[in-house]
Amino acid sequence: MAQSQTLVLNVPETPEDHDSPCEESEVHDSFHQLIQEQSLRVAEEGLELLQVAGDPGASASAHQVLLGDSSGPVYSTATLSILASMPSRTIGRSRGAILSQYYNRTIQLRRRSSRSSRPPLGPVVCSARPSLRLYDLELDPAALQEEEKRSLLVKELQGLSAAQRDHMLRGMPVSLQEKRFLREKSRIPRGKQRARQGRDGLCCCSQLRYTCALALHNLGLVLLTCLHALKPWRYALKQIGGQFGSSVLSYFLFLKTLLLFNALLLLPLVAFLVAVQAAFPPEARPVPACTGLELLTGGGCFTHTVMYYGYYRNTTLSVPCGSPQCGPGAGTLPYNMPLAYLFTVGAAFFLTCFTLVYSMSHAFGESYRVGSTKGVHAITVFCSWDYKVTQRWASRLQRDNIRTQLKELLAEWQLRRASRSMCGRLRQATVLAVVWLLCLGAAMGCAVAVLAFSEVTIQSPVVAGQEAGLLVLPLGVSLLNLGAPYLFRGLATLEQHDSPVLEVYMAICRNLVLKMAILGVLCYHWLGRRVATLQGGCWEDFVGQELYRFLVMDFVFALLDSLLGELGWRLILEKKLRRRKPEFDIAKNVLDLIYGQTLTWLGVLFSPLLPAVQILRLLVLFQVKKASLLANCQAPRRPWLASHMSTVFLTLLCFPSFLGAAVFLCYAVWQVKPSDTCGPFRTLRTMYEAGTVWVRHLEQAGPGAQWLSWLRRYLVENTFFLFLASALLMAVIYLNIQVVKGQRKVICLLKEQIRNEGEDKIFLINRLHAVYERKERSRVGRAVEAETAALVTDAGDR
Amino acid sequence: MRLFYRYQDLAPQLVPLDYTSCPAVKVPYELIGSMPELKDNPFRERIVQVFSEDGDGHMTLDNFLDMFSVMSGMAPRDLKAYYAFRIYDFNDDNYICAWDLEQTVTRLTRGELSAEEISLVCEKVLDEADSDHDGRLSLEDFQSMILRAPDFLSTFHIRI
Repeated sequence: MAQSQTLVLNVPETPEDHDSPCEESEVHDSFHQLIQEQSLRVAEEGLELLQVAGDPGASASAHQVLLGDSSGPVYSTATLSILASMPSRTIGRSRGAILSQYYNRTIQLRRRSSRSSRPPLGPVVCSARPSLRLYDLELDPAALQEEEKRSLLVKELQGLSAAQRDHMLRGMPVSLQEKRFLREKSRIPRGKQRARQGRDGLCCCSQLRYTCALALHNLGLVLLTCLHALKPWRYALKQIGGQFGSSVLSYFLFLKTLLLFNALLLLPLVAFLVAVQAAFPPEARPVPACTGLELLTGGGCFTHTVMYYGYYRNTTLSVPCGSPQCGPGAGTLPYNMPLAYLFTVGAAFFLTCFTLVYSMSHAFGESYRVGSTKGVHAITVFCSWDYKVTQRWASRLQRDNIRTQLKELLAEWQLRRASRSMCGRLRQATVLAVVWLLCLGAAMGCAVAVLAFSEVTIQSPVVAGQEAGLLVLPLGVSLLNLGAPYLFRGLATLEQHDSPVLEVYMAICRNLVLKMAILGVLCYHWLGRRVATLQGGCWEDFVGQELYRFLVMDFVFALLDSLLGELGWRLILEKKLRRRKPEFDIAKNVLDLIYGQTLTWLGVLFSPLLPAVQILRLLVLFQVKKASLLANCQAPRRPWLASHMSTVFLTLLCFPSFLGAAVFLCYAVWQVKPSDTCGPFRTLRTMYEAGTVWVRHLEQAGPGAQWLSWLRRYLVENTFFLFLASALLMAVIYLNIQVVKGQRKVICLLKEQIRNEGEDKIFLINRLHAVYERKERSRVGRAVEAETAALVTDAGDR
Repeated sequence: MRLFYRYQDLAPQLVPLDYTSCPAVKVPYELIGSMPELKDNPFRERIVQVFSEDGDGHMTLDNFLDMFSVMSGMAPRDLKAYYAFRIYDFNDDNYICAWDLEQTVTRLTRGELSAEEISLVCEKVLDEADSDHDGRLSLEDFQSMILRAPDFLSTFHIRI
C-alpha cells in the first residue's frame, strides 16, 4: 500500500525485540518498529494485503470488517494498550491530554495573532465552523506530566489578550475548579509586573485600584443577578417551556421580540414628536365629549390630540419671547416641525429595518448550515429531547412525540425505498395544483369582497352621530381573517403530504397570501380612494383612525378566539368526543401577530402613538394566551424545528410585512398630496418636499453649502448613482453565492478524505493485530520447541 | 448565588451556608436526581455521573455549578457538544457504539419501539453520522453532526 511505504521513510533503523509494552513512549517506538517490520513482509504477503485492504471504494453499507468475532473485534492486550493511548481516545479521559491540546491551540493562536493584529476568534463565540478548529492532537512524545502541561498552558494564556483568554477558558471542557485555577494563575503575575515596574509610592495606589476594581466587579455581579431576576416573564417562559416544549415557547419569544421592536420604534417618536408637540399645543379647538366608543373607533375625543397627524403644526416651534430684551437667537428653541416629523419617522423606520435585518441574518447564521438537510435520524435521536421539559406528563408527551417522529421517519424511508409510481406522483401533483388554485381563488375572492365592501362604505358615508358604523369594515375584515384559514385547513386535508413540515409551511404560505391580499386592497382603498373623496377634510387623520380601529378589532377577535374558541373547543373535545385537548396552533397565532405588527407599521406615519397601542395589545395578549394555553391546550403533535421557526418568523416579519409597510410609507411620502387643512405638511405638494425645501434653504443661506447642492444634484436626484449602488450590491451577493458553492464542494472533499483516513486506520489496526498475533504464536511456538527440546535432551540423558 | 441556594436546599443539613473554608461536601445522587429540573429527564443519571467528580453521581458544589453552567444558555456550542457526547456514551469508552445508541433510543422512547425498529434507527444513525466508517461515532463525528443541527443549542438547555 502506498501509505505504509511513505511512513517507512521516517522510521529509525532499530531492529530491537520488544515485549508487549505499556509505556507511552515505548509504545510509539514499537509502533514505528512494527511498521518497518511490516514493510519488510510486504513482498512476501502481497496477496494478504490485497485481501485485507479490500476495495477502498466499497459499498457504503459495508463497514470494513474487523478481524475477530462477529460480536465485536477482539484484540490482544498489546493492541488494546496501543489503541487506548491513541490521541483521539485520550481526549475524553486524561486532563493532561486536554491541557496539552489547549496548549497547542494557544501557541497557534499567539502565532496567528502576532502575524495579524486582529484577534482571530473575536466575535465567533458560539460558532463552531470546522475551518476554525485547526488544532492538531500531537501528544508530546516526551510524555510531559500534567503539572508541566498546566504550567506551559498558563504561560501561553498569559501571552494572550484578556478576551481571547476568556474565550479559550470558556470553551475548555474541564471542571470549573481547573478553569478558576488557570485563570488565577494567568492573571496574578501581570499585577506583580505592574507593581515591579512602577515606583514604590505607586504600590499602594495600585492596591487601591485593585480593591476598587474588585468592588466594582462585585457590584456588577449583583446588578446582573438583579437584572436576571427582573427579566420580564422569566418564570412564565420557564413554565411554558417546561410544559409545552421549545416550539410553543418560540411563539412567546417572538411576542417578546415584537415588543422590543415596538419599544424601539416608539422611543424616537415620543422623544422628538409627541413630547415637543405636547409642550407647544396649537390653538384650542372645540373638543367633543368623551364617550366610551373612542376606545374602539379612535375618533371622538381622541381626534385632536397628539395621537394623530392632524394635531401637529406646520411651523417652526419656538419658545415665545416674553421680555423685550431678547433679541434674535436669544432664548429661542427653533424646532422645524415638518422636518422633524419627516426625519423622525424616516429614522425610526430605518432603525427598525436595520435591527430586523441584523436579527434575521443572525438567526439565519444560527439555524442554517451548508448541507444541513441530511442526517435527520441522527439529529432526531440526539437533538430532539428538550431538556427544558420538567413536568411528568409533558415529558411523557415528548417521549410519545419522539416515538411518533422516529416511526414516521422509518416509514418515510421505507416508502422512499419503494418509490412511488409515476401515476401516483402525477396524481399527487394534480391534487396539489388544484388545492392551491382553490386557495388562491378563495384569497382573491376575499380581497374582492373587501374591495366591494369598502366601496360601499365610501358611497354611504357615516353620519356624525352613528360612529359605530365606522366599525363595520374592520369587523368584516376580521371575520374573513378568522374564517378563511378554516377553509384552507379543510382543503388541505385533500392533499396527502409525505412530510408534515411541508404541510405546515404550505398552510403558512396560504394564510400569508390571504392576509397580504386583504392588506393590499385596504392600502389601495386608503391611499387611492379615501384621499380622493376626503380632499376637503383631513384624510390622514381618517387613515390613522382606520388603522387604530383595525388594530383594536383584531385584538378583540384574538381575545374572543382565545377565551371562547379554545375553551369551547376543549370542552367539546373532552366531553363529547372524549379526545385530548386541542393543539396550540402556532402558525395561525404567529401570523396574527405579524398581521398586527404590519398594521402598526402602516399607521406610524399617520398616528405616531400607534406603537404604544400595539405595546399594550401585546402585553395583554401575552397574559391571555398564556392563561388559555395552560388551561386549554396541549403541545402540537408534530414538533417543529424550533430554531428554524424563529428564523422563519423573522423572515416573514421582514419580507412581506415590513417591506410592504415601507413601500406604503414611501408612496405616501413621495406621491400623495397632503391635506390642506391639517398636519405639518399643509402647504406642500408632497410630504417629501419639506426636505427639499429645507435643503434649498440651506444652499441659499451661505456660500459654504456648495457641496450640499452638488450632493443633491448628483447623488440624490440623479438615478445613475442608484443603478451603480444596486449593481454593486448584486455583485456582492453573487460573490457570496459562489463562496457558498465552493464551501459545499470543499465539505464533500473533506468527507471523502475522512472516510479514507478511517479506512486506513482500520487497516493499520488489523495489521498491527495480525503482527502481534504472529509474534505471540511464534513466541509460543518457540517456547514449546524449547520445552520439547529440553524434554528430549532429558530423555536422551537418562 | 441562586444556584448555591438551590444546592443548599437539596440537603440543608449537609451543606453549610458558609463556604469560605471550602468543605468537602457531596450531595448524593438521589437528592440531585429529585430536582424538578431533572426528575423527569431520562438521561438524568448519565448527566449527574458525567459531571460528578468520581463518576458515581455524588456532586460537590463545584460539580453542581459546572453542570448548570454547561447546560445554561450561554455555554459555547463546542463545550455543550463535548458534554453531550460524554452523556450519550454510556459505557465510557469515548466512542458512541451501537450499544450506546440502543440505550439512548430505548430511554428516549421508554421501550415503546420494537427491537427491530430500534436496531433500524441505530443503523440509520450510524449511516448518517459515522464519517470515518468504523462502526461507531467518535467525538469528531458527533461534533460535525451537531453542527448540522441548529436546534441543539435550544434543546440541550436547562433553565434554572
